[in-house]
Amino acid sequence: MTVIEDGRPIFVQIAEQIENEIIDGTLPEEGQIPSTNEFAAFHRINPATAGKGVNVLVENGTLYKKRGIGMFVATGARERLLVIRRDEFEKQFIRPLVTEAAKLGITREQLVALLQKEA
Amino acid sequence: MSVIEITNLTKRYGNVLAVNDVSLSLEPDKIHGLLGRNGAGKTTLMQLLTGQDFASYGTISVFGAAPVENAHVLRQLCFIKESQKYPEDFRVKHVFRNAPLFFENWHAAFADQLIGEFRLPLNRRIKKLSRGQLSSLGVIVGLASRAPLTFFDEPYLGLDAVARQLFYDRLLEDFAEHPRTVILSTHLIDEVQNLLEHVVVIDQGRILVDSDAEELRGSATTIAGTARAVDEFTAGRTVISRQGLGSLAQATVSRLSAEDRAAAAAAGLDISPVSLQQLVVSLSGAAESASQADNAAQAARGSRGERTLQAERTVQAERTSQKGQDR
Repeated sequence: MTVIEDGRPIFVQIAEQIENEIIDGTLPEEGQIPSTNEFAAFHRINPATAGKGVNVLVENGTLYKKRGIGMFVATGARERLLVIRRDEFEKQFIRPLVTEAAKLGITREQLVALLQKEA
Repeated sequence: MSVIEITNLTKRYGNVLAVNDVSLSLEPDKIHGLLGRNGAGKTTLMQLLTGQDFASYGTISVFGAAPVENAHVLRQLCFIKESQKYPEDFRVKHVFRNAPLFFENWHAAFADQLIGEFRLPLNRRIKKLSRGQLSSLGVIVGLASRAPLTFFDEPYLGLDAVARQLFYDRLLEDFAEHPRTVILSTHLIDEVQNLLEHVVVIDQGRILVDSDAEELRGSATTIAGTARAVDEFTAGRTVISRQGLGSLAQATVSRLSAEDRAAAAAAGLDISPVSLQQLVVSLSGAAESASQADNAAQAARGSRGERTLQAERTVQAERTSQKGQDR
């Protein structure tokens, strides 16, 4: 679990954290996620805010509600999240990487070599 | 349906306007933050809301009725003041013996749990308690009252960091189990910002911000870089505050879109988020300089036409930028 950071809406961060845990398998499909009040107590945030983060994921079908029991991860949620995240990967990581490399005078070939060394 | 509804509320002490034409509506079952500097009017506002003072002008409705001498309204309230006073010769246990008489939702087991956690000596007399222990006493009464509308006015004078964290944790837990309306007035904004669902910022008796806490987060961004790049980027935008240092500058601007961010990054500007605390400081600062410019404008009026005009333009510009922020 990561810490809540300043300047970004908390409910967005809560939703992202749940997504990350679905992607890395901490929260398996058809498994139950912690309750809104547990999120609130753990992160020391307002329960309504935690609930808003969970609701974002209910609305887009990542989570579903079993009445009287709690929230569960939907089947196929992980695969859907991976597709979305791979789309965002270029924008979030590749473009800034290329921009910064250009700023530092790292050539295209050097950049490729660096990537090959890491991956 | 709101718990508190106030319209054009004004409270005047002599020639001081402690609360100046305030209109506000607060929804039930939320934790509201009432933030602002010392002397901003927070306590006066809460005294008016709890029927402990008379308004000079305007109307107040709490649970649908005026609070002054209204038993139906007052029995649902709990107001923990900054310097809560209990009779000096009371022992701590006497306070807890009397509390159920005033608060119909009083929860004795919860009070006992809190007394243990805050390490409050039950047999000690009120006058022998330390500042922090007095604050603990107030906090415990406020939490265990489970009053439908609970006010905490800077409840933690002298409380150590452990006890403050305990207060926040127990407030959140108990609020989650037993939703009610809580109004928390404080200037320790960094500590409470994540607890709040709704934020009201008051300055010099006026409302600067009345907004959902989540909307407020990320509503401002600080950009920093060379003065020229900063000025080019901020041209035509709402600037909340700006500081310069030689050829460098930083400015706090209102909400940026993803494209704006990309443009700022491309212009070589550093972008950083603004915490609620920084935002309140910036906004209060902006209000301050506006009113100073206002005074300057009044002083200069008539004698130096050119400078007056200049000052008034500044005031107008800042007011416009502030209005943009309020929305």
